[in-house]
Amino acid sequence: MSSEASAAPVRPVQYLQAQLRWQWSEIAFWLATLLPFVLAPSYLVLASQISITALFVLSLDLILGFSGIVSLGHAAYFGIGAYTAGLISKSGWGEPLTGLLAAAVVAGLFGYATSFIIARFRHLALIMITLGIGLVLQEAANSAGWLTGGFDGLQGIHTWPLFGKIRFDLYGYTAYSYALAGLFLIFLIARRLIHSPFGLALRGIRENGLRMPAIGASTHTHIRTIYTIAAIIAGIAGAMLAETTETVSLEALGFQRSADVLVMLILGGTGRLYGGLIGAVVYMVARDQFSGLNPQYWYFWIGLLLIAVVMLLPNGILGGLSHFARRIRGAP
Amino acid sequence: MSESALAARGLNKSFGSLVVAADIELNLPQGVRYALIGPNGAGKTTLINMMTGMLRPDGGRILLGDEDITALAPEQRVRLGLVRTFQINALFPHLTALESVTLAVCERRKVASNWWRQITAYSSEIDEAYDILATLTLGPVCHRLTRELAYGQQRLLEIALALAARPKVLLLDEPAAGVPREESRELFAAITGLSRDITVLFIEHDMDLVFRFASRIIVMVGGRVLVEGTPAEIAADPRVRAVYLGKARHEAVS
Repeated sequence: MSSEASAAPVRPVQYLQAQLRWQWSEIAFWLATLLPFVLAPSYLVLASQISITALFVLSLDLILGFSGIVSLGHAAYFGIGAYTAGLISKSGWGEPLTGLLAAAVVAGLFGYATSFIIARFRHLALIMITLGIGLVLQEAANSAGWLTGGFDGLQGIHTWPLFGKIRFDLYGYTAYSYALAGLFLIFLIARRLIHSPFGLALRGIRENGLRMPAIGASTHTHIRTIYTIAAIIAGIAGAMLAETTETVSLEALGFQRSADVLVMLILGGTGRLYGGLIGAVVYMVARDQFSGLNPQYWYFWIGLLLIAVVMLLPNGILGGLSHFARRIRGAP
Repeated sequence: MSESALAARGLNKSFGSLVVAADIELNLPQGVRYALIGPNGAGKTTLINMMTGMLRPDGGRILLGDEDITALAPEQRVRLGLVRTFQINALFPHLTALESVTLAVCERRKVASNWWRQITAYSSEIDEAYDILATLTLGPVCHRLTRELAYGQQRLLEIALALAARPKVLLLDEPAAGVPREESRELFAAITGLSRDITVLFIEHDMDLVFRFASRIIVMVGGRVLVEGTPAEIAADPRVRAVYLGKARHEAVS
C-alpha cells in the first residue's frame, strides 16, 4: 500500500491490469485440483462431490461475499437444479449436458422470480426471507411425493454417458472430470464477472448499498441480476450432484445444506472467489475424516472448527493465508 | 432572469406535529453558488433530502430545469444531473478511491451492468475517474482503500463521487464538516471554482466561508425560507441578525 503511491508514472489502467492478472498461486491451485487423479484415485468420488459443493459455495460467494446479500436458503436453487435434472433423467432423457442446461433454466427462473423480493430487503429480514423460501420449497417437495418421491427421494435416475461415449464409472473418474471441468469453466466466468464494471457495482452495494442511488445506480436491478446468476450456478451444481450420484433426496434443498454452504464460505473466507473453494475442500475432507472417527458427533468438530476460524481468522482461512503471505513479503 | 436550474414549489413536510418544511419556494438560477444557512433544526438537510428524493415531501413540486422530478427515485434524479454529497462520509470503505469514482463514472455512462468484460477494458472510464481525483489532489492516493484515507481526503472523495455523475446541480451538505479551517478554504475554492455549468448549493455553518464563497445566500428558520439575497443584503438584514443573535428564534419558529 505504500510504494505504489509514490511511483507515479504507472497509468491507473496498467496498475489495475497488473492487479487482475492471473497469479502464480491461482495457477498452482488449479494444477493441484488434478492431483487426486494420481495421488488419491480411490477418493475421486469424494473429490467430485467436493467440486460440486465448491461450485455451490462459489454461487453463494457471488451474492454474499461480493454483494452483501445474506442467505440461509440458498439450497433451494441447488435442490431445484437437482430435481430438474433428476426428473428429466427419470422420464427417459439422461443426457447430462442438456440436464445441466434445463436445471440452469429452471433454477434461474425461480431465482429471477424470488429476486424481486430479495432486492427489497437487507440484513436480518433477508436471512428470514431466504430461510422461509428454503423451508417452503422443502415442504412443497416433501408433500409432492408423486413427483419428487417425497421422503424416499427420487429413484430411477440414469445418467447417459458424457458426449454419448464416456460412461460415468464406479470409481468417479468421469464424475470428477465432469465436476471439475464444470467448476473451472464457471469459475472463469465468475472471475471475469467480479473484475467487470458490474462486479465493481456489486462491491459498491456490499460496501454501502444506501449510497449507491446517490451515484445514479439502480441497486435493485443489480441485485436481481446477480441473484439470478447465483441461482443458475447453484442449480447447475445441484444438477451435477443428481447426475453423478443418480439420486436426489429432500436433503438437496434442506436447511442443513443451506447452513453447511454458509459455514464453508465463512470458513474459507467471503468475497475472495477462492475462499469458498478452499472452505469446501476443508469442510468436506474434515467431514470425511471426522465421521470416520465418530460418525455421530462429527458436527461437534465442525462446530469447534467454525468457532476457532471465526475467532482467530476473521477473514477466513484464505484471508489468514493472504495476510500471512503479505507479512512474509514484508509489506505492511 | 435566467432560467432556474432547480426550483421548489410549495414544498411541505411534517413529522407528526413537527413542521420541517413549510411552503418552501426556491429558484436557483444556473451557475450560481448558493449557501443555505440557518440554525440547527432549521430543515436544511431535510430540504436537500427532499430535493434529491431521499425523503418524500407531503406536498409541493420539485423542478429540475423544466422537468418535474417530484415523483422520481433518487438514482433517476442523479442521472438527470441532480447530485448531492453527505454531511457524514457515506463512502465505500473497502473500495479504493479510484475504484469508487470509476464505479460512479461507469454508472453514469450506463456500463455498470456489463459483466462480460474486465474493468481494464474500460480505460476511458478509469482515466476520467483518475482525472477527477487528480483535480481534487487525490491522484497520489487513488489506489488506497477509502477507509485508509485521511478524513479530509475522504471529504474530497465525497465531492469526487458527486462530480463523476456530471452534475448540473450539486447539493453539498456541509462539505467541509470536520475539516481544519485552512483546508476547508481550499475545499471551497475548489467547489466554487467548478464550471459555471454547474449550479451549486451548499450548507455551511462557518459564516466566514459562507460570505467568502457564496454569491447568494438562503436563510432558513423553522422549516421556512426566511430570506434570500446577496451576501451584502443578508449581512444587512435585521431579521437574519436577530436569528443569529438568538432573539427572534422562538418567534420565527412559531
